[in-house]
Amino acid sequence: MATASTSSKITRGLDVAFIFKKAVISALVALVLFSLMIGVRTEAGSDGQLTYWTRFGDLAAMVATVFGGSILIELLRAWWGPVETVRVMPPSATRALSFAGRALVPVLLIFAFLVPVIFYNERYILDLGILVLTYVMLGWGLNIVVGLAGLLDLGYVAFYAVGAYSYALLATTFGWSFWMCLPLAGILAAFFGILLGFPVLRLRGDYLAIVTLAFGEIIRLVLLNWQSLTGGPNGISGIPRPTMFGIPLTPGDDGLAAMLGIEFSPTHRIVFLFYLILVLALITNWATIRLRRLPIGRAWEALREDEVACRALGINTTTTKLTAFAIGAMFGGFAGAFFATRQGFISPESFTFHESALVLAIVVLGGMGSQLGVALAALALIGGFELFRGLEHFRMLVFGMAMVLLMIWRPRGLIGHRAPTVYLERNQAISSDLVKEGSG
Amino acid sequence: MDYFAQQLINGLVLGSIYGLIAIGYTMVYGIVGMINFAHGDIFMIGGFIALITFLILVSIGLTAVPLILLVVLLVAMAITSLYGWTIERIAYRPLRHSFRLAPMLSAIGMSFVLTNFSQVAQGARVKPVPPIITGGYTLHEGVDGFSIRVSNIQIIVVITTVVLLALFTYLVARTRLGRDMRACEQDQKMASLLGVDVDRTISFTFVIGAALAAVAGMMYLLYYGLVDFFMGFVAGIKAFTAAVLGGIGSLPGAMLGGLLIGLIETLWSAYFSTEYKDVAAFSILIVVLIFMPTGLLGRPEVEKV
Repeated sequence: MATASTSSKITRGLDVAFIFKKAVISALVALVLFSLMIGVRTEAGSDGQLTYWTRFGDLAAMVATVFGGSILIELLRAWWGPVETVRVMPPSATRALSFAGRALVPVLLIFAFLVPVIFYNERYILDLGILVLTYVMLGWGLNIVVGLAGLLDLGYVAFYAVGAYSYALLATTFGWSFWMCLPLAGILAAFFGILLGFPVLRLRGDYLAIVTLAFGEIIRLVLLNWQSLTGGPNGISGIPRPTMFGIPLTPGDDGLAAMLGIEFSPTHRIVFLFYLILVLALITNWATIRLRRLPIGRAWEALREDEVACRALGINTTTTKLTAFAIGAMFGGFAGAFFATRQGFISPESFTFHESALVLAIVVLGGMGSQLGVALAALALIGGFELFRGLEHFRMLVFGMAMVLLMIWRPRGLIGHRAPTVYLERNQAISSDLVKEGSG
Repeated sequence: MDYFAQQLINGLVLGSIYGLIAIGYTMVYGIVGMINFAHGDIFMIGGFIALITFLILVSIGLTAVPLILLVVLLVAMAITSLYGWTIERIAYRPLRHSFRLAPMLSAIGMSFVLTNFSQVAQGARVKPVPPIITGGYTLHEGVDGFSIRVSNIQIIVVITTVVLLALFTYLVARTRLGRDMRACEQDQKMASLLGVDVDRTISFTFVIGAALAAVAGMMYLLYYGLVDFFMGFVAGIKAFTAAVLGGIGSLPGAMLGGLLIGLIETLWSAYFSTEYKDVAAFSILIVVLIFMPTGLLGRPEVEKV
């Protein structure tokens, strides 16, 4: 009550009674929701007998949090005003913002290249950078399927898995080098993309989403159960590390350090991996930008906007969809091969639905089709995810909540407008509210 | 033959549980047009609440099994439907008129929240319960020593499902609420012009779906004797498969799809391999969608240009 009455003095026209009532209702709902789930804790004892004990303190704390949170949200809402309010910014601020927007890409790129130089001794940051870049690459790969062609794919992790297992199996069975296996992993993944693409050609929207999800699960279950080939739940270990075009990054006499006459350090490999994934990701980006200008890229975007119109204009929707699946899958396969060589060990556990959802969240949060948005979203989500590393299970809880809140806050993603591919006279970014993607 | 009949009974029971969950998917899809990804986790929450209520009732000295079952059922349905209501209110309503990927991702996020909430709140270990309902009937004594048996719990599961289904069909076909629901399904704007409270109707849909999922969760708990925080995901996908198989948006279709998926899964495990039973269920989903995109009882979608 104290919070509500003091705040009413600060902001005028605030309906204290309404806010209080809403907070009380929220707290009551929370009390019922959490009464059993938090108030009572069950655990199987050593003899298999279930026991339980009560945690009313935690329950009270949760209910109080909900009560306080509800008041806080209402106050924020009152302060922010109606959602539709158009906020007028001074021209100087708009100019500064647009300058910052243009400078962002080169600055980010230069920073990405300098990360191993600046943080040479910070192993943790380098590892995190590699992880973020892997997801940037996956996001860009999926962006071709979801963002450009408008085909909702919830099983993207399948291609990641195919790439990873292709490299792992080829390298451990035949002893082929990373550079030989990388294209093969991409081709195999693309093949699986076509394999998935064929049956789902006629499906759209949510049906497509659920079939791709089922496909991803099938791949994971097969990897898990085909013990003789994939090692089942034990996975594949001892996957060869990448070489720098044949020169191993080892302390041996033929290693890179010995050849250059410098002291060996395990960081060399990390730095090499960092640049490797950076280049792979940039190739993905470059290919996407180029493809968008080709007829096939135009056809993808046309397909996203309206499939019926596409067919009426004589665009072959079959090949258009299949190429989108194949090319998106190919980049997923590359990323998978990289993942396998970086980890040195893979198991089906790394390729769960959670990964697909994460990559899709990156693409949608990035603004569907915006390359910069995807990179920023990957940085925000993976980086943010790392911040909560110490919190164990709470991490996923926070991640889920963040996903819901971000969607409510910006359903169109971080970069919610896009530059059209083709334009008359001048290039003008349009709000993506006018774009219909994701329905096909 | 006896073996086959036994599997048929087992499949029917499993199918009833899937069918109950599938109804929630199909109703929500019919009205709001979104896949409620968190529905599988609602089922899991229902199982947990049933488990906790059961524990408390037993520890305060209640011994009458029918009374325990009734109280557990009511408590689980009540609390779980509040979960359904809250989730719709928090995660879906603000996004109702947004573009269609947004509610889907919000639902996926909500599913993560629920899974990890129960992991944090109740621990990651599987929670076993001792069999509450024992006994059964032998239907047919086989010559080779294999006899067809129906346990009491199987009978309870099937009867509960049938009763609920009858109640539910009555609700949709005969009551004011059901008429509102069908109106919203056809045209939300028109329904609201004719005095249907669309928000309230959609909330009710989620509440009913969650209540049925809670029943499914309780039946799962009684039948298999365990719950864990991760059981919602696979059960959710299978129930969705069932909904699609039966034709999404169609209520009898959801039940039929559930029964078929249950039968297929059980027969596949019995005659081929248990490892690949989920692969079989998902493959069937893909095959059905390719050859019959509207499912068994669904209406064909009319494409307007």
